[in-house]
Amino acid sequence: MPTADAAQLDRAFNALSDESRRAMVVRLSRGAASVSELAAPLDMSLPSVMQHLDVLQRSGLVRSEKVGRVRTCRLEPSPMRTLEQWIAEHRATWQRHFDRLSDVLDDAFPTDQGDRQ
Amino acid sequence: MSIRQHDFTIERRFRQTPAQAFRAFSDPELKRRWFGVPEGWTDAKWELDFRVGGSEVSVGRDPRGTVHEFRSRYHDIVDGERIVFAYDLLLDGRLISVSLTTVEVRPDRDGTRLVFTEHGAFFDDLEDPAEREHGTGLLLDGLAAFLDEQAAA
Repeated sequence: MPTADAAQLDRAFNALSDESRRAMVVRLSRGAASVSELAAPLDMSLPSVMQHLDVLQRSGLVRSEKVGRVRTCRLEPSPMRTLEQWIAEHRATWQRHFDRLSDVLDDAFPTDQGDRQ
Repeated sequence: MSIRQHDFTIERRFRQTPAQAFRAFSDPELKRRWFGVPEGWTDAKWELDFRVGGSEVSVGRDPRGTVHEFRSRYHDIVDGERIVFAYDLLLDGRLISVSLTTVEVRPDRDGTRLVFTEHGAFFDDLEDPAEREHGTGLLLDGLAAFLDEQAAA
């Protein structure tokens, strides 16, 4: 039966089916690295490296965060969604609903108070 | 399998009056605009019967193919002041959580303060646990073997 986890596995294995991406995962298994550190040993342009990184991120195997001008990548310990992540997402979903509620109220009942909250 | 209890409160301030903020919950046309099935989802169904004993149903298939269902029942409604409802969340027909929720709208200076409080029970069987453990194990075993191989090379 196809499940969300099966789709996740497909993406993970697909991500690992490429030699360059495997090299990136092997590098990250030794610790976090910037995009330029990941690119250094690879014979390819930075945009290509970014494309491979995108595939790895969508697979859930790798995540990255940008601090200032440096994007740091690391291996994601578990590509599977845990209950804790689900609960955090659940709460975030309500937050987004209330963002939309605020917009709907401003549209349906305009006030003459500008953007003051 | 386990049950995780989770409580949370979200507070928001709006410029509109409590009566106007309340209408965003009671008026189906307004409610649908912020709580209806998201754009881009398919098989969408949304119904609101805003009265004590009435229910709200929101069903839709997300772009990844997962069917999300929200099914609630209103337990208490005080016009312009508070709403109490309980709801189930299902993913692909499987019960994920049951929550008891209160919404309070109060005057706050020249606007409204909304306080949303939820007490939820979340069930740790998003997927069949054995299947999930098996899948995760396969992936991680394969990855570990591969990394060992690369490190040795």
